[in-house]
Amino acid sequence: MSGATGTYLGMPPFPRAAKDAVRDATLRANLRHATHTIRDKRAAAVAELPDWPELRAAGAAIKDRTLRHLDHYLVQLEERVTAAGGVVHWAADAAEANRIVTALVKETGEREVIKVKSMATQEIGLNEALAKAGIRANETDLAELIVQLGDDLPSHILVPAIHRNRGEIRDIFARNMARWGRAAPETLTDAPAELAEAARLHLREKFLRAKVGISGANFMVAETGTLVVVESEGNGRMCLTLPETLISVVGIEKVVPSWQDLEVFLQTLPRSSTAERMNPYTSMWTGTTDGDGPRVFHLVLLDNGRTDTLADEVGRQALRCIRCSACLNVCPVYERAGGHAYGSAYPGPIGAILTPQLRGTAGELDASLPYASSLCGACYEVCPVAIDIPEVLVHLRERVVQGGPVTVRGTRTRIRPAKGHAAERAALRAATWALDRPGAMRAGQRLAGRSRRLLPRRSLPGPGRAWTASRDLPAVPAEPFRDWWQRRTRGEDGR
Amino acid sequence: MSARDVVLGRVRRALADVPREERPEQVPVVRDYLASHSPADPVGMLAEHLADYRALVHRTDAGGLPELIARLLAERGSGSVVVPAGLPKGWLSAVPADTVRRVPDAPSVTAAELDAVDSVVTGCAVAIAETGTIVLDGGPDQGRRRTTLVPDHHVVVVRVPDQVVESVGQALPLLSPVRPLTWISGPSATSDIELDRVEGVHGPRTLEVVLVRE
Repeated sequence: MSGATGTYLGMPPFPRAAKDAVRDATLRANLRHATHTIRDKRAAAVAELPDWPELRAAGAAIKDRTLRHLDHYLVQLEERVTAAGGVVHWAADAAEANRIVTALVKETGEREVIKVKSMATQEIGLNEALAKAGIRANETDLAELIVQLGDDLPSHILVPAIHRNRGEIRDIFARNMARWGRAAPETLTDAPAELAEAARLHLREKFLRAKVGISGANFMVAETGTLVVVESEGNGRMCLTLPETLISVVGIEKVVPSWQDLEVFLQTLPRSSTAERMNPYTSMWTGTTDGDGPRVFHLVLLDNGRTDTLADEVGRQALRCIRCSACLNVCPVYERAGGHAYGSAYPGPIGAILTPQLRGTAGELDASLPYASSLCGACYEVCPVAIDIPEVLVHLRERVVQGGPVTVRGTRTRIRPAKGHAAERAALRAATWALDRPGAMRAGQRLAGRSRRLLPRRSLPGPGRAWTASRDLPAVPAEPFRDWWQRRTRGEDGR
Repeated sequence: MSARDVVLGRVRRALADVPREERPEQVPVVRDYLASHSPADPVGMLAEHLADYRALVHRTDAGGLPELIARLLAERGSGSVVVPAGLPKGWLSAVPADTVRRVPDAPSVTAAELDAVDSVVTGCAVAIAETGTIVLDGGPDQGRRRTTLVPDHHVVVVRVPDQVVESVGQALPLLSPVRPLTWISGPSATSDIELDRVEGVHGPRTLEVVLVRE
């Protein structure tokens, strides 16, 4: 396993991956149980605060202010972190970030690091890059440990092993812990408390020995140079406090302007995420502190497609995301398809708009993601920074189907319409034509009504087949609505 | 061109739609959310919310504090306790020196040595009623971050009502970002197994909060 979990590279497009997932009854049951549990709790936690709409609006506004002046805040952050004893690095893409971190770890002479759960390092495949350099990255979050020991992929932002139930977790621990350190107790059952205890014992010796810690961050405060990590288990505190060297890899959009801004996010993030008033542990640090914690602190600021996303005036709102995962837990598509089908570190509705913007829509999987939604809007309702996910989905669908201007690795370009959407484009052209010509539309509808017995009952032929593969075709009425309406109103008028 | 120039250049080009003369503070941020949710009894709410997260809450006055701390360590069966350099002298006065070894919070004490210590007793910087949160800022009565992390039993003393604020928004201005901060809301917990909350993973599995009325 070499510290490397699997990779998302080469995953099939969403519909194919989702089709397999929905057939997996255990997976569906696990997901349904977990997402329903958390969504009800979240609603209760949010209902405690009568000013939730104001907090949500303020969170969105703070992020918009940051994004519109991101260069200003990044330069300020760099200055403050440096003044506080930290070293700031910049990485334009994943490969560059991985190179920087690998070199920093090598400088310490260590062959092993401990990691706090981090979306950014998952996104860039840091564990795999370190493994190639002969460095083992030990994940220390319980769910990440389950994923790593199971040689698996994370499927949820907050609870990456949400697709595993307690019985499966027990088996993974019993089977694989011994290979990487302290073995699971022989008597291990599937009681969550026992599983947590096994993880505690397995990881404790790694924490006490570790010389290098790697983390992400939930927030970076430009005004003070402070980084913030919210967590529950204490593994974050271990990684941020015990090692001599700390390396944090953080997306550039994680900066917030002021210390005061934390009062908004420290209220909205825990309630949206774990449905708690506050998560058990939050660590804040500014550079290094004499005699307390790491003596060396490196901050790697990561672009990797974020500036391309920023260049899209509609799509840039995705960069407000604070990774709470509330949108996953309410999404009917996520609940059925699971996280792996989204093919990146970011599953669910936020992944469906973030991944195609970070990576572009050139790949088959990435181009299919804007379609991984029923546009029901539940994600927008629960989003604590009011990202209008349906709006961005529709915007990205338009880009996939029609092509248009995009920014790829910092360069403005035009993408061509994606292949495979010819039927959709033809249908839209035909609809535009018919809607502009009421006479033709009326004639067409009457013809469909009269010939309805000749039409297929359940599925469309040709390119329409894909649409009806998972839906029944609605019945064509005997009479078009407009004819019925005219007949009815005429009757009422006595004409 | 350095990676820094590349990234900042991309950011600036991406923001071509933002008027050049616009200043960051001109982007409106309306803060019409509540400064606090005005609990009638902040200390009572703090106790209740801490208990919700399975922290063990005790109440006493200054006179009863040494006896209470001694009792908590005895009930736990603690044979050793980490003592921050600036912990008020009297707090451990009733803890028998012959049976409970004092371990100083010193740089020379390794993490592995801390791992063998049973308990830690500290003060705190501030406590937040609405969220049931204790904030440590590494002050002399709290010590280094690892001292409150590695031992499995943490007894934290909160002076009430002085150290209690109602909300997160009221706590932040009292804290210095220059100091390393640890916000603690209940003992270590995880929701990673089927999203069921389980107390106790890596941090202290038992958190005892003593509210001392002054």
